Amino acid sequence: MAANPDEVASQKPTLREKYDNYIGGEWVAPVDGGYFEDTSPIDGSVLAKISQSNEKDVDLAVKAAWKAAESWNKSSATERSNILLKIADRIEENLDMLAAIETWGNGKPIRESSLVDLPLAVDHFRYFGGAIRSESGESSDLDSTRVTMEVHEPLGVVGQIIPWNFPILMAVWKLAPALAAGNCVVLKPAEQTPISIHALIEVIADLLPPGTVNIINGFGPEAGKPIATHPDIKKVAFTGETTTGRLIMQYASENLIPVTLELGGKSPNVFFDSVAAEDDAFLDKAIEGFVMFAVNQGEVCTCPSRALIHESIYDKFMERCLERTKAIVMGDPLDMNTMMGAQASNDQYEKILNYIDVGKQEGAEVLLGGEKFDNPVHPNGYYIKPTIFKGSNKMRIFQEEIFGPVVSVTTFKDEAEALAIANDTLYGLGAGVWTRDIHQMQSMARGIEAGRIWCNCYHDYPAHASFGGYKKSGIGRETHRMMLNHYRHTKNVIVSYDKNKLGFF
Amino acid sequence: MQVERVSISLKARQVIDKLRKKHGELIFHQSGGCCDGSAPMCFQKGDFLIGSRDVCLGEIHGCSFYMASDQFEYYKNMHINIDVSKGRGSSFSLEIPLGLRFMTISRIFTDEELKHVKPVSFADVA
Repeated sequence: MAANPDEVASQKPTLREKYDNYIGGEWVAPVDGGYFEDTSPIDGSVLAKISQSNEKDVDLAVKAAWKAAESWNKSSATERSNILLKIADRIEENLDMLAAIETWGNGKPIRESSLVDLPLAVDHFRYFGGAIRSESGESSDLDSTRVTMEVHEPLGVVGQIIPWNFPILMAVWKLAPALAAGNCVVLKPAEQTPISIHALIEVIADLLPPGTVNIINGFGPEAGKPIATHPDIKKVAFTGETTTGRLIMQYASENLIPVTLELGGKSPNVFFDSVAAEDDAFLDKAIEGFVMFAVNQGEVCTCPSRALIHESIYDKFMERCLERTKAIVMGDPLDMNTMMGAQASNDQYEKILNYIDVGKQEGAEVLLGGEKFDNPVHPNGYYIKPTIFKGSNKMRIFQEEIFGPVVSVTTFKDEAEALAIANDTLYGLGAGVWTRDIHQMQSMARGIEAGRIWCNCYHDYPAHASFGGYKKSGIGRETHRMMLNHYRHTKNVIVSYDKNKLGFF
Repeated sequence: MQVERVSISLKARQVIDKLRKKHGELIFHQSGGCCDGSAPMCFQKGDFLIGSRDVCLGEIHGCSFYMASDQFEYYKNMHINIDVSKGRGSSFSLEIPLGLRFMTISRIFTDEELKHVKPVSFADVA
């Protein structure tokens, strides 16, 4: 049951009146003095004032980062690892407070921020803290007088532009490997959800050498662009959408620096007939796998927003899926029983409703939802009912990322058709394959053109597994220790022990 | 009489007027993908490099409106109206500091409209 509004108000975490930039270990007011208001999607209330930065602030942050880089770039793996492990402990100690701020800022249900977002963030710091202690370089004896060494060195100072759907976790996905690899960072949180990363920095500030992490608040064209174009930034990592992804690459070409881009998807979740062969725990798990489209209100780049179901089990399986989706509890996002919270912003909310309208116009059948949810606890927030469409893969609701709690369902007759539909998309980020047939599982996992295939599971994000896209879903990877090399140069050193000349000259 | 593929609301025109005063000539590029994907991006002309294979759907209030050609496949039968709402997109679109967000509102062309719909041009402009 939802708590009454007064109780909820009392749960609102203590926030500062305003959040400045974090530069060189200090909270610094924006040079030109501008602030904007950050509102909560839960109830539309103002949370705090946020610095509206521009290129002058970015310049200060880049300078501070390079100053810190003098020692941080050369620090030992042990030192960095110890700091990352302490950061993880400190976040864990403050988990409830940070989860509450995350929920107020983003709108996601508290059970997700406290059971998923924050624990994964903690684990990510621990993983990279461990990875840099256990890795070793590579050297090869070419012959008796020559040895070649592959040496890794940090890039220096990197820029990171964070999305609003997982404000802390997506920041940590980028921060932890960059810091572990020895880089200093200039990071811009999304303008819809800037507060939680500041709350996180507040609890770990004493652990970080000043200037290793710098946070610049503000809007994309004013504060994001100066980061993406800055000649002293040596790599840019961005999560967002395709047009801005192209722009980031274009800006990177001005400075000839690498980029990592994670640009979303339209992920297929494929259910084969064997799933329903028995009414057992696995069938139950697969039904839950279908309903995963509602995780984080569908605001996940890998949202399983296309469900492909074998025609022979469609009626029976969908009946169970509808029943499970109907059981989604909406209400106060601060209540641990609430399963779906608010969409992150008004424009997002209106965009989703327009897509629902487009789906109806295209002739897709609404099996469930298809409208806004009037939340009795928070009438001014942005809530949409979990929505299931049935239609065909050529429709826009099957092809474009809605980024809301909307799944588009279609059927297939055999494995070949399932694979064809799964790959008939501009994107290739995630995919789910549900089957009791191990051969089918493997051939589908290899056949689907996407960077992350979940077999008999979905929405699992261990630090120890790489994440990223095929096709228009982006370039590069996140998570997994391979990220260390995405944040480092490779230097090759060849040593000759031979005192004799070659004899050429 | 040709049917335009893109139109624009009065409110959105007023926002363009305001932005044009500050930034000069503008263009739009429809985005795809996550977060603020599926939303139109407004840039200073010349800032965003229009792709040689991007499609130009038409002009709205003096601004060319582009889209990636593969994405256009799904908009061939759609009329889109560019509107504006309160909101805070996170991208490099120029209206964001105003606390506003351009939006793409779509509807399917009628059969009659489809017979007269304006052909698109490619972006390969001098």
